[in-house]
Amino acid sequence: MRYDSLLDSVGHTPLVGLPTLSPSSEVRLWAKLEDRNPTGSVKDRVALGLVEAAEKEGRLKPGDTILEPTSGNTGIGLAMVAKLKGYKLICVMPENTSEERRQILRMYGAEIISSPAAGGSNEAVRVAKGLAAEHPDWVMPYQYGNPANALAHYHGTGPELLADLPTITHFVAGLGTTGTLMGVGRYLREHKPDVRIVAAEPRYDELIYGLRNLDEGFVPELYDESVLTTRYSVGAHDALRRTRELLAAEGVFAGISTGCALHAALGIARKAFEAGQSADIAFIVADGGWKYLSTGAYEGTLDEAEDRIEGQLWA
Amino acid sequence: MSVSVSIPTILRTYTDGAKRVEAEGTTLAALITDLDTRHPGLGDRLLDAGELRRFVNVYKNDEDVRFLGGLSTPLTDGDAVTVLPAVAGG
Repeated sequence: MRYDSLLDSVGHTPLVGLPTLSPSSEVRLWAKLEDRNPTGSVKDRVALGLVEAAEKEGRLKPGDTILEPTSGNTGIGLAMVAKLKGYKLICVMPENTSEERRQILRMYGAEIISSPAAGGSNEAVRVAKGLAAEHPDWVMPYQYGNPANALAHYHGTGPELLADLPTITHFVAGLGTTGTLMGVGRYLREHKPDVRIVAAEPRYDELIYGLRNLDEGFVPELYDESVLTTRYSVGAHDALRRTRELLAAEGVFAGISTGCALHAALGIARKAFEAGQSADIAFIVADGGWKYLSTGAYEGTLDEAEDRIEGQLWA
Repeated sequence: MSVSVSIPTILRTYTDGAKRVEAEGTTLAALITDLDTRHPGLGDRLLDAGELRRFVNVYKNDEDVRFLGGLSTPLTDGDAVTVLPAVAGG
């Protein structure tokens, strides 16, 4: 496939069947390989969408500084887009994110401001909002509340999925900013009203939920509960176990958040199989495992891996 | 009947530091009423004007109760309920 530039190559990712993990020829699992994007994650779609929307609205001109709270992938995608389009980038990132993400960001020339580990991305959002108020000349796309995030999936990921899998019955993705689920979910529902949209939410360990009080909780402005059929909480043990199964059974080397989505997808597949129904279940492989090697998630026993990623933002 | 309820760090002041407590109720609403009897004040942290608070997520066997009937979600013996504050991902 030929493209005029790296930016033009964002999206158009393969959808691959998982014949070993699928329970039968009637209940099939399909993986959308978003790690095949230019910087290796689904967030390239979002980064390009956010920047192009800001350009169209006249909020960004060459030389401007972009500020964004991110746990990593959105930042890396933005860093690539910013480099190619001539913007500066400052990422606010929780300090408990993997070293690889920081190295990649620095390589692209982005500046990193660390936010406290306790509180996870909530803190990054809070710090970024503070900085944005202090520096009105910086442009904050704000992935958690910017419709361009969900629209990147509404115009890209959703149509690609439906074209490749017209018989789709379920769509499963990790829940973070909620952009993937909102965008793909809305698109698929418009074309297949009976499709089930299922969120798989990473359940971290206690440090990440270290709020001072419940009023400091956070629900992304993009989140619209009515788009979802249901929502599962998946802990580190199951996410790690499924990430390893995906590699062992199907050869796909994915990041840990993919194990989270696969866990939910396998639960749906088992239920459909037991009920004698047919199903085509597609889920998102958000990124590859490369950026998480230093966490120790891929070595030793599952229990050891679980201990090693304790306190980390693994999705 | 008994349901195991996992309590987040931030609410353990109501459970004498216990991470997991037992309670009874055939619906989530009844369970929260029972929880509040055993751990006074806890109910008010979960509910606001008779609804689940915006930044409180409750899961029955790992599924979000907001998709299972909310406070009317039926519970049976051996179910596991998890309470978590809503936090940002991404």
